[in-house]
Amino acid sequence: MKQYCRLKTLLGTTLTAVSALGINQVLANGQITFVSQGGAYQEAQTAAILDPVAEALGITIHQDSAPDAWPMIRTQGTTGQAVWDVIDTPPLNCVRGGNQGLIEPLDFSRVPNAESMPDEYKTPYSVAYEFYSSVLAYNPEVFDDNPPQSWADFWDVDAFPGNRSLRNHPLGTLEAALLADGVAPEALYPLDVDRAFNKLEEIKPHITTWWTSGGQSAQLLYDGEVDMLMMWNGRVSAIMNEGARADFTYNEGILQNTHLCIIKGSRNLDTATDFINAAIDPEYQANLPLYIDYGPGNPAAFDTGKISEERSRELPSFPDNAERQVLMSYEWWSSSAGEDAERRWLDFMQQ
Amino acid sequence: MKSTALAEHNALGNSRDASLRYRRREHMLMFILMSPAVLIVFLLLIVPLAWLIIQSFYVGDGVSLEHYRRIFTERVYWNTFLLTFRISFVVTLLAFLMGYPLAYAATVLPKRWAIVILAIVILPFWTSVLVRAYAWLILLQRSGVVNEALMGVGLTSAPLSLVHNELGTIIATVHILLPFMVLPLYATMQKIPRDLLMAGASLGASPLHVFRWVFFPLSLSGVLAGVTLVFVLCLGFYITPELMGGGRTVMASMLVSRNIQLYSDWGAASAVSVVLLMCVLVIFYVVSRLISLERILGTK
Repeated sequence: MKQYCRLKTLLGTTLTAVSALGINQVLANGQITFVSQGGAYQEAQTAAILDPVAEALGITIHQDSAPDAWPMIRTQGTTGQAVWDVIDTPPLNCVRGGNQGLIEPLDFSRVPNAESMPDEYKTPYSVAYEFYSSVLAYNPEVFDDNPPQSWADFWDVDAFPGNRSLRNHPLGTLEAALLADGVAPEALYPLDVDRAFNKLEEIKPHITTWWTSGGQSAQLLYDGEVDMLMMWNGRVSAIMNEGARADFTYNEGILQNTHLCIIKGSRNLDTATDFINAAIDPEYQANLPLYIDYGPGNPAAFDTGKISEERSRELPSFPDNAERQVLMSYEWWSSSAGEDAERRWLDFMQQ
Repeated sequence: MKSTALAEHNALGNSRDASLRYRRREHMLMFILMSPAVLIVFLLLIVPLAWLIIQSFYVGDGVSLEHYRRIFTERVYWNTFLLTFRISFVVTLLAFLMGYPLAYAATVLPKRWAIVILAIVILPFWTSVLVRAYAWLILLQRSGVVNEALMGVGLTSAPLSLVHNELGTIIATVHILLPFMVLPLYATMQKIPRDLLMAGASLGASPLHVFRWVFFPLSLSGVLAGVTLVFVLCLGFYITPELMGGGRTVMASMLVSRNIQLYSDWGAASAVSVVLLMCVLVIFYVVSRLISLERILGTK
């Protein structure tokens, strides 16, 4: 135990040293460290949102990236040594982190831009930043004029023969199973987990592969390895632009988003809060779709006139598209029932 | 008679003392020379390992056996370890069946052929495991080279499921681990004196007889070394089953990462690592009763 403690202290000291280095660079108007998921997505938001906001507020934005922010949120939150300030992450992490005292509650009185946003786009700790969707994608050559248009079609192996793939993760997959079983979208939550797993058992023998990474899902469709699958809309449109035989529908897509939240013990809490308010400003939000196939977190962005009608229709959070989809409830997934469902997944995969 | 025996005994004792002292001094020197390496191993291996083990007994801030209770009572863990051992067993068997003839050919053929064979075995070794997994995907998938060829010559009418399952995992893993079988085998076979084979032949034994009764028994220590290496390495495979297994093939190391996601508790993942490590230690212990460990690790 002593050794354990000492190593913990050592880790803490290292983190302090690292953050002290950052503080030496303090500039007049404040600074924050912003964390997102890297890759093309982070580059897109740098051009669309981060750079313009930094200029407007006169702050310096340091960037970091982590494909899975949760372990770092835990480490920084439990050691009390925050290196990060603002995190762009699924709301599940914000809510779960908030409940465990690792995330600061968001002071909405200082975030006026959030006022007009729908309540379901906000949590006590965070606010929606951008939207993506888990959609039904397919190979149009295989299905000609009659492609699958719902999860019920995906489950109907007689009417729509072909190889299928789903994500190796319960998030979104359980929702699709229940929609296929005839549950009304508005009656989805709380999820009937038993019913969802029973429905999944039905389709299991027809699933060629359960994908793990977004890139893998793109490869499966691109190479014709599967004929239909659930995948993220940005991934489908990326391979469609490359000329792959691919298409998708927003029907019954599982609308998901990432939120912005602030790590507990942030040294730049004020600047971070101001940053969040600016980052969800409709004007900056409207820039995002110009760079990448993700929708703005703030629907008011569609009223700025910046996003063309044609472009709007391609985005997951465009009101007409959003209406056909189901908004994932991260509140349910962060509840104990959600956590149990997540644990049950591994058991299901091995049967 | 008695006194001479005693004197002899004393003389023997003295010389033994002297050689003992000399050896002790040599050991001391060796120890000093080794200490930087030992320090590094201690800091970078022993300490983290100890931390890992300590962590596995913590749930939050309290000491608990919860992580181990879960591993030993929940069916998921049992199934995963069973599958991990089954895959390792099949991979080891296949690697042996393919590796032995290769190593044998490299031993008996002229030197330049031996170099070609060893190069073919070792070259892929320098390519990233990830790249090789994707290469296998391209070869084995539904519209892949293998299936197209099989259907082209009419051997099958529909594509076979060669990947996204246990089979795909095994194929790619055997390919990756084959050098670990061939190299110890080749090293052992090289040391088998050719005179013994010639002696056998001159006594009238057929080539098959010589192989069965002279060559093969002498190569057994290499077999054991190769088999142990491949089996143990396979137990810890992660990327290959993740990419080739289609999500269904969950091996023990994948449980380690899943446990971090599922329980957001390092201890839960540590416990799985510790159990896997114990399995490996037990295997090494059993094998060390049969041959010396140095042999497996290639120092002798």
